[in-house]
Amino acid sequence: MAKVPVQFTLNGAEKAEFVDSGTTLLHALRDKIGDTSPKGGCHQGTCGACSVIIDGELRLSCLTLAETCNGAEIRTTSGLAEAGVLHPLQRAFLDAFATQCGFCTPGMIMAAKVLLDHTPNPSREEVVEALSSNICRCTGYEPIIQAVLRAARANSQNAA
Amino acid sequence: MELRKNYFADVRKDGLNEIGQPRPRLDSPGHVTGKTAYFADRNFPDMLHLKMVRSPHHHARIRSIDTSAAEKHPGVVKILTAKDVPHNVYTILILIQIGPEDETVLADGKVRWKGEAVVAVLAETERAAQEAAAKVKVDYEVLPAVFDMEEALKPGAPLVNEYHGQNHYLYDSGECRKVRFGDVEAGFAGADHILEQSYQSSPIEHAPTETTGCVVAPEGNDRFTCYTNTQAMFFTLDNTSIILQMPGSKLHFVGGTVGGGFGGKVDVIVEPIAILGAKLTGRPVCFIYSREEEMQISSPRAAEKVVIKDGVMKDGRIVARKVTGYTDAGAYSRHSPYGAQKGAAHYPGPYTIPNVWIDTYCVYTNRTPSSAMRGFGVTIGDFALEVQMDKLARLIGMDPLEFRFVNAYRDGDMKAHRQPTEGAALIECMQEASRAANWPVAEEFMAMSSYTKGA
Repeated sequence: MAKVPVQFTLNGAEKAEFVDSGTTLLHALRDKIGDTSPKGGCHQGTCGACSVIIDGELRLSCLTLAETCNGAEIRTTSGLAEAGVLHPLQRAFLDAFATQCGFCTPGMIMAAKVLLDHTPNPSREEVVEALSSNICRCTGYEPIIQAVLRAARANSQNAA
Repeated sequence: MELRKNYFADVRKDGLNEIGQPRPRLDSPGHVTGKTAYFADRNFPDMLHLKMVRSPHHHARIRSIDTSAAEKHPGVVKILTAKDVPHNVYTILILIQIGPEDETVLADGKVRWKGEAVVAVLAETERAAQEAAAKVKVDYEVLPAVFDMEEALKPGAPLVNEYHGQNHYLYDSGECRKVRFGDVEAGFAGADHILEQSYQSSPIEHAPTETTGCVVAPEGNDRFTCYTNTQAMFFTLDNTSIILQMPGSKLHFVGGTVGGGFGGKVDVIVEPIAILGAKLTGRPVCFIYSREEEMQISSPRAAEKVVIKDGVMKDGRIVARKVTGYTDAGAYSRHSPYGAQKGAAHYPGPYTIPNVWIDTYCVYTNRTPSSAMRGFGVTIGDFALEVQMDKLARLIGMDPLEFRFVNAYRDGDMKAHRQPTEGAALIECMQEASRAANWPVAEEFMAMSSYTKGA
C-alpha cells in the first residue's frame, strides 16, 4: 500500500513519518512515533482516552487521520512537564487523588488543559462540561473535577 | 464526616500513624505524565495482530470450517483452529481442584454461546486480520438453546455443556451447595410472620476503559514474554502452561498495570492463544479486544436469582431463614461454581439466626460465560438480603435500623456455616451510621456492643 508522508510538531519537536493512507493519528503517535500517552479505549470516539491538542483545540486522535495533520502543532500529556517539573494540572491530579487505574488520565488532562487555556477561572459547571467527553470508570468524576479547579486556583495565585 | 475514633482503641497497641494522613499514590506520577506502561504500550517490529472468528449462534454444532479463502487474504500469516491447541479443553479453577475441564480455547465441534471463539486469524495488520476473519466459512447446525436458569434446570431442557452432563454444577454435596443449621421448618412453625420474596439481577459488564488483551514477544529460546493486563497473573501463567503443555519456565508474564479491571480480567482467555500464535509463527503477537468484544464477549457479573423465606417474631427476632440462590454461569464454569459456593456461606447475612437452610445452584445456560466482579457471589445476595430486611421491618412495624440491631451478629455467635463470629464490629458500625446519618435509634441499641451478648 502506498505510504503518505506526514509532518507535524509534537510537543514542540519536529516529527516526520510515512503512514498508510487512512492511518489514525492515534496509531501514528503510538505505534510509529512512540508517544503512548494517548490511549485507545474504544477507537470509535466515545471514551476520550485518546484526546490530544491539535493547534490549540481538543481532538480525538482515534477519529483524526494522521494525513490531515500536516503542519499541525500537536500536544500530548507526555510533553506537558517542563524540565521534569510537573504542569500545574499534573500536580493537581496527583495531589487531589484524581487518578486510579490511570488509563483515562492523559485524555482528562488534555481536556482540562484546553479548558484552562481558554477559561483560566472556570466554574464547576464549565469543568464538568469540558470533561463530559472523557469517561472514567474507577475514580469517579468528583476528584477529577476538584483537581481541575485546584489547578485553576494555583494558576491564578501564580499570576497574582 | 467526623467519626468517633475511640472504637476498639484498646485492641490495637500499634499507634495507627498512617490513618487520616494523605499519602501519595505510588503509581500516580506515571499516570499524570503518561509514562505508565500498559500492555498495549509495548510495540515490537514485525508484530502480528490476532482477530477471532466468533460464533453467531447461541448453540450450534459445527459441521465444517473452511479457512481456504482467509488463508489467501493478503497479509495473513497463520490461522489457528481447535486442533492446533495442545490441551484445548480447560477450566480455570482446575488449579484448585475445581473441575471438570469444560471450556474450549477454540470451539471443537460445538459452540455453546453467541460470541464463542472458533478460529484465530493472525495477520500483518489489524485490518488484514479482520478482513480475513470475515472470509472464514463455518457451517453450523443450529441447536435449541436455553437462556433462563429455571428453564435450564427443568427435565428435557437442552443440555448446555456435555462436560457436566446436566445444566448445573455438581458439588461434592450434590446438585447445590448446602448449609443446614438448626431446624428451619420448626423455626417457621413457631414464627409470628412468614415472608417469602424473590429477587433477580441481570448480568453486569465491568466496562473497563482499557480493553482486555496481551502482547507476546518470543525471546528466541522457546521462551515467551507475555505483557498482559490480567488481574490473575499466576492463574493465567499456570493455566497457560496447562493449555499449551509448556513448562512455566518457558513463560515470562509481565503485568500488574491494569487499565481498570473490577474482576473482569481474571479469566484466562487471550494469553494462551496469543502465545500459541507467537510460538507457531516465531513473531510477536498482539491480541486486544475491541470495545465491542469487551462489552459482548468478556465475562459479565452473573445473573442471579435469590429466593428468601424468613420467619420473624413480633419483637424483631428472625427465627428461621431459608435461601435458594441461583447463579447463571452461562455456558462455562470459569469462576461461577466458586461464586455460588461463596453465596451459600454468605446468605444468612451478618445476622444471627438460629435456624438456617441454604441451597445455592451454579446453573449452565447458553449465555455469555459469567465470572468474577467485585464481591461476586455476595453482592447481589446482599442487595436481596437488605431489601428483605427492610420488608421484614415494615411487616412487623419496626424501625429498619433497630430491626438490624436486634438481629446483628456479635463476637462468639456461631454462624450458620459453623464459623464462630470474630471481630464483627457490626453493632459499632451501625451506631456510627445512626449518628452520621442522623437516624436515631433507642438508647438500648446505642448501649449495645459487639463484644458481649448483653446490652
